[in-house]
Amino acid sequence: MNKSRRSFLKVAGFSAFALTSGMAALSGVAQAQIAPGKYERAANALHAKRWGMVIDTRQFKGPEDYKPLIQACHSFHNVPHIPDNQDIKWLWLDSYAHVFPDDMNAHLNTHTRESMYPLLCNHCTNPPCVRVCPTQATYKMDDGIVAMDYHRCIGCRFCMAGCPYGARSFNFKDPRKFLANPVPNPEYPTRMIGVVEKCTFCAERLAVGQMPACVEAANGKILFGDLEDPNSTVRQALATNYSIRRKPSLGTQPGVYYLI
Amino acid sequence: MYNAKAVIVGIVIFVALFTSPFWLSMMGQDYKSTGIELPKGEKECIEDVQFMRDQHMRLLNEWRDEALRKENRVYVATSGKKWNISLQNTCLKCHSNYKEFCEKCHTANGVDPYCWTCHIIPQGSK
Amino acid sequence: MLEKLLDGPKTFYMWLLFLLVVIAGCGLVYLDQLYNGLSVTGLSRDVSWGLYISQFTYFVGVAASAVMLVLPTYFHHYKKFKRMIIFGEFMAVAAVVMCALFIVVDLGQPQRMLNVMLHPSPNSVMFYDMMVLIGYLGLNIIIGWVTLEAERHEIDPPKWIKPLIYLSILWAFSIHTVTAFLYAGIPGRHYWLTAIMAARFLSSAFCSGPAILLLLMMVLRRLTSFDPGKEAVKTLTTIIVYAMCINVFFYLLEIFTAFYSGIPGHEEPIHFLFFGHEGHLTWVSYWMWGAVIMAFASLALLIPPKMRENANVLPIALIMLVLASWIDKGLGLLVAGFTPNMFEAFTPYMPSAKEIAVALGVYAIGALVLSLLWKIALGVKMEVNHMHD
Repeated sequence: MNKSRRSFLKVAGFSAFALTSGMAALSGVAQAQIAPGKYERAANALHAKRWGMVIDTRQFKGPEDYKPLIQACHSFHNVPHIPDNQDIKWLWLDSYAHVFPDDMNAHLNTHTRESMYPLLCNHCTNPPCVRVCPTQATYKMDDGIVAMDYHRCIGCRFCMAGCPYGARSFNFKDPRKFLANPVPNPEYPTRMIGVVEKCTFCAERLAVGQMPACVEAANGKILFGDLEDPNSTVRQALATNYSIRRKPSLGTQPGVYYLI
Repeated sequence: MYNAKAVIVGIVIFVALFTSPFWLSMMGQDYKSTGIELPKGEKECIEDVQFMRDQHMRLLNEWRDEALRKENRVYVATSGKKWNISLQNTCLKCHSNYKEFCEKCHTANGVDPYCWTCHIIPQGSK
Repeated sequence: MLEKLLDGPKTFYMWLLFLLVVIAGCGLVYLDQLYNGLSVTGLSRDVSWGLYISQFTYFVGVAASAVMLVLPTYFHHYKKFKRMIIFGEFMAVAAVVMCALFIVVDLGQPQRMLNVMLHPSPNSVMFYDMMVLIGYLGLNIIIGWVTLEAERHEIDPPKWIKPLIYLSILWAFSIHTVTAFLYAGIPGRHYWLTAIMAARFLSSAFCSGPAILLLLMMVLRRLTSFDPGKEAVKTLTTIIVYAMCINVFFYLLEIFTAFYSGIPGHEEPIHFLFFGHEGHLTWVSYWMWGAVIMAFASLALLIPPKMRENANVLPIALIMLVLASWIDKGLGLLVAGFTPNMFEAFTPYMPSAKEIAVALGVYAIGALVLSLLWKIALGVKMEVNHMHD
C-alpha cells in the first residue's frame, strides 16, 4: 500500500469514528421538544404506584356472567371478532386446567374444575414481553402497566413467544374487515394489520379518571387499585382472602390476582 | 484536460439541471395554495398557523410519545389553553372534513401518511 | 474479479435464469402476503412463529459452520483446507443473506424494520442477533474477497486480514449462540428453556453445515474440473462425524432430563413430537421418526472409516445427515416450542402452501448469491491453475 493511500485511510477512519461517536453522543441527549407548549397529566387522572387487579371468581355464577365484561372491553377498544385461530383476544375465558395448569389436580372439586375463568394481560412486574421486544414498542410504565405503541411495532412476534400467558394477539388480518362500520367506539382507534396488541389495563381510561371497562362492567366483582397502597381495596381483598396468580413459578410477578 | 470542451459543457448542463428547481421557482408564480377548507366557526388551532403547517407531523409524533409513554395526555399551549392529546378526539373534532383538509394538502405534497389505518376519520367525510 | 461472472458456460446462465424465474414466482406469493398479511401462512395466535423463523435458525447454523474450515486452517495451520476455504466463506455469506430475508418475510410490518436500529434495545436478544449477523456478513465478505484477490495475484494476503480472520472465528460461535439465546431465555416455553440449547445448535450446525458444503463440492467436482482434494474431504468428513455424534448425544441428554425427571412441562413437547397427542400422530411425528432413522443410519455409515471414505457411500450418508438435522432444527424446534401452547393445550400448525413458496423463494435467492460468488471463486482458481500448467 502506498503512503498516500494509507494516510487517506487513516483520515477516513478517524472521521468515520468521530462522526459515529458524535452521533452516539447526540442520541444520548434527550431530543429537544418540538412543541412550544408544555405537557402534563390530566387533573382528573387516576394514579397508582403499581396498578393491580383482583378478580373475585366466586361471585361469578357462570360464563354468562363474564359476557358483559368481555363485551364492554372489546367494544370499547374496537377489538374485532375473527372466527378462526388467527383471532384477537384482550379479555376471554378458559377452563381451570388451561388457566392454572400448575395448580391442576384430578380430584379438584367439580365446581372449581369446571368453571370458566377470565384471562387478560397480567401486567407483570418482570414482563418477558418487554424484555424481548427489539424496538421498545412494548414497555412498562411507572405505574406498572405494560403498554404497547402500535406505531412502532414491527410485527416480529417475539413478545408472543415470550409471554407465558398467551395474552398477546397478532393482527394476521386487517382488523377493520371484522369490525362494524362505523366501529363500536369511534373515540378509540383500531389497530392495523401486522402489529401485536393486548389488554392495556385501560390506561387511556385511567388517564381521564375512569376505571377500566371490565371493572366498571363487573359491578364490584373485580377490584382495581394500587398494590403498593396497604389501604387500597385490592390490598384489603388480598389480605382477607386466599388468592392465586397464573404461573407464579416463572418469576414474572403478575398483577392480576384470582380469588377462587 | 482531456476532452476539456465536452467536459466543461457537460458540467454546465449538469449544474443547470441540478439547480433548475431554484431557477424555476424564481421565475415562476407564487406559492399556489392547495385550497384546503379550514374548519368553519373556529378561529385558532392549538398553536399558530405557521407552526402547525410546518410541524404538525412532528408534533403528532411528540404527542404520541408523551401520551403513550409518559402518560402526559394534556398539552398546555403557549396561549395557556389546555388540550386533550388525541388526534382522533381533539384534532379531528375541529378538522372534521378529512377530504377537504387533510387529504387535499397531503395529496398536493405527495405524502401518504397511514394514520388512518388505525385512527378513525370522522364520519361523512370519507 | 467480477468479470469472472461473464465467461461462464451456457448451462451456468440457464441455471441463473431458472433461479430468477423461481425468485420472481415466489416473489409474487410474497406480494400476496404483503397485502393480505401473515394470514396466508399456517400460523395462528397460539403458534406465532413457524417455518420462516425455523429456516432462519437453520441457516444461521450453516453460516456459522464456515468456522469448521477457518479454524483448522488458521489456528492449526492445516494447509489442506486452503483450496476450499473460500467456498465455505462464500457459503456463509449466502446463508446470512438468507437469514436476513427469512426475518424480513416473517415481519408483520417489514417497512418498519429499521426501528430495531432507530430504537436500539440492549435488553432484547433480537437486537444482538441483528448486530452479530450484520457483523458476520461483513467479515466474511471482506475476508473472502481479500484472500481471493491475494490468491489471484499469487501473493500472501495483507497482514491486516489476520486479526479479522481470528475475529471471524469467535464471531461464528457468537452468531449461533445468540440465535440459541432467542429461544433459551424465554420463560414458559418448556422445549426451549434449556441451557444446552446453544451447545446443541452449535453441534448440529458444525455437522450439517460442512455436510452441505461437501455435498455442494461434490456437485462442483462433477460440473467442473475443480477438486477440493482427497485429504481435505477426509478431514472434513471426520469433523462432521464428531459433530454429529455430539449433536445426537446432546439430544439424548435432553430426552433423559425430560423423561427421568418426569416433569410434565419437559416431557410433553418431546412426547408430542414423537407420539403426537392423545394417541394421534401428527404430520411432524412422521418427520421426526424419519429424522431419528436417518440420524442413526448416517452415523452407521460415517463412523467406520472404510465406509465414509467410499465415494459412493459418503454422499448418501451426508444427505441423510443434512435431512435429519434439518428436521430437528428446521421443523421440530419450532413446532415443539409452541406445542403444547401457553395453556397446555394443543393447537396444530402446518406451513401453508404460500408459506412454503415464500420460503422456497428465499432458498432460491440464497442459491443465486451462492452461484455468483462461487463462480467468481472458481474463475480465480482456474486462472491461477492455468498459469501454472
